[in-house]
Amino acid sequence: MKMKVVVIKYNAGNIRSVAFALERLGIEFNLTDDIDQIQSADKVIFPGVGEAKSTMNYLKQKNLDKVIRELKQPVLGICLGMQLMCAHSEENDTACLGIFDETVKRFTPKANEKVPHMGWNSLALKNSWLDSTLNEQFVYFVHSYYVPLNLHTSAITDYIQPFSSAMKKDNFYAVQFHPEKSAKVGEKVLQSFLTI
Amino acid sequence: MLTKRIIPCLDIKDGRTVKGVNFINIRDAGDPVELGASYAAQGADELVFLDISATNENRKTFVELVKQIAAHVNIPFTVGGGISSVADVAPLLEAGADKVSINSAAVRNPHLIDELAKAFGSQFVVLAVDARKIQNQWIIHTHGGSMATEKKLFSWTKEGQERGAGEILFTSMDHDGTRQGFANDPLFKLHELLKIPVIASGGAGNKQHFLEAFVLGKADATLAASLFHFGELTIPDLKNYLNTNQVTVRL
Repeated sequence: MKMKVVVIKYNAGNIRSVAFALERLGIEFNLTDDIDQIQSADKVIFPGVGEAKSTMNYLKQKNLDKVIRELKQPVLGICLGMQLMCAHSEENDTACLGIFDETVKRFTPKANEKVPHMGWNSLALKNSWLDSTLNEQFVYFVHSYYVPLNLHTSAITDYIQPFSSAMKKDNFYAVQFHPEKSAKVGEKVLQSFLTI
Repeated sequence: MLTKRIIPCLDIKDGRTVKGVNFINIRDAGDPVELGASYAAQGADELVFLDISATNENRKTFVELVKQIAAHVNIPFTVGGGISSVADVAPLLEAGADKVSINSAAVRNPHLIDELAKAFGSQFVVLAVDARKIQNQWIIHTHGGSMATEKKLFSWTKEGQERGAGEILFTSMDHDGTRQGFANDPLFKLHELLKIPVIASGGAGNKQHFLEAFVLGKADATLAASLFHFGELTIPDLKNYLNTNQVTVRL
């Protein structure tokens, strides 16, 4: 039977980019905010670019917060999607989904390390669901907030301090970078998730 | 470690690339989508597409092109040219652009930077500035560099940062086209002054110029056009050279 992939449609900035990346991989998917379709999917992708508070408010309005939290199939959070899977974000003091019991923090800039963290940086895998060939490969980041290292960290990236660039807990997978913009390496990350 | 970025820039007119392009393995050198994808495959870190024929009629053609680029290019890209309002930007981002660059319109109406940052986030807003040194002052020019303004490079870019720009694309008109190297002195001053990344543009003639822009100018990224388009320097060559010289790049 064919795998049913759903990309959650909401007011996030990178949805089209994620959709294009899946199309380049030849993956058929449904871009939808329909709760039944999300719940019945085999794999769910939760993209995100934007501001935490307004995005959480939007998800709550659509009842998607509860739906995402209770999903049992593999779910991949990307960038803001990953941050919203945490308990709390310092970005406008926002209560998030609470899948990971972590607080999302704002980077404090250093002399030679500017904020946002923008550009290509490398992954150090740690007990990872990511394909082992991805270790020390470069992926594309754009973010001002980060998730500190924790029990669920599955890749570490160093910028200002080491932070979680990928995580996993139960059926929830998350990446801080943008696989949809990370060339061949990013495609491999998406493949890693889709072949779980 | 965060890498230094190499960014080829493509000028677009009526949906086609302008300036000669001398590439092997390219079927249609005028096709921005194929050229962009080829640069991405070679290891470019980002791309910039500037619509130099920007008019209202051409805007639709450009938006269509941006959709095609977004569908075929797997690295981030910035689009610019003739953007003067939030209404101009929304369709470009909707089409899949990762960032937009604004130039003359921001000088005319600095509040545009605030509006765009508020509407789409700072990471979407690249403030492009063209400057030339006149009587020991770096003076901002607009309209493709043809018109001098009252603004000065350092105060204007600082203001741009305060208003919410996420990046500065600095072109030295004194260096652009000379192939004598980037404007490393003002680049270094921008680095000291600003908290946001600076892209160096104008003057690239050889590999060493890129190294100097990173080491002396402390640029976060370098942009070049003809050097890459004419095939005089390939991106893998350049990146290997930078790597050998202790500049962190994505190989």
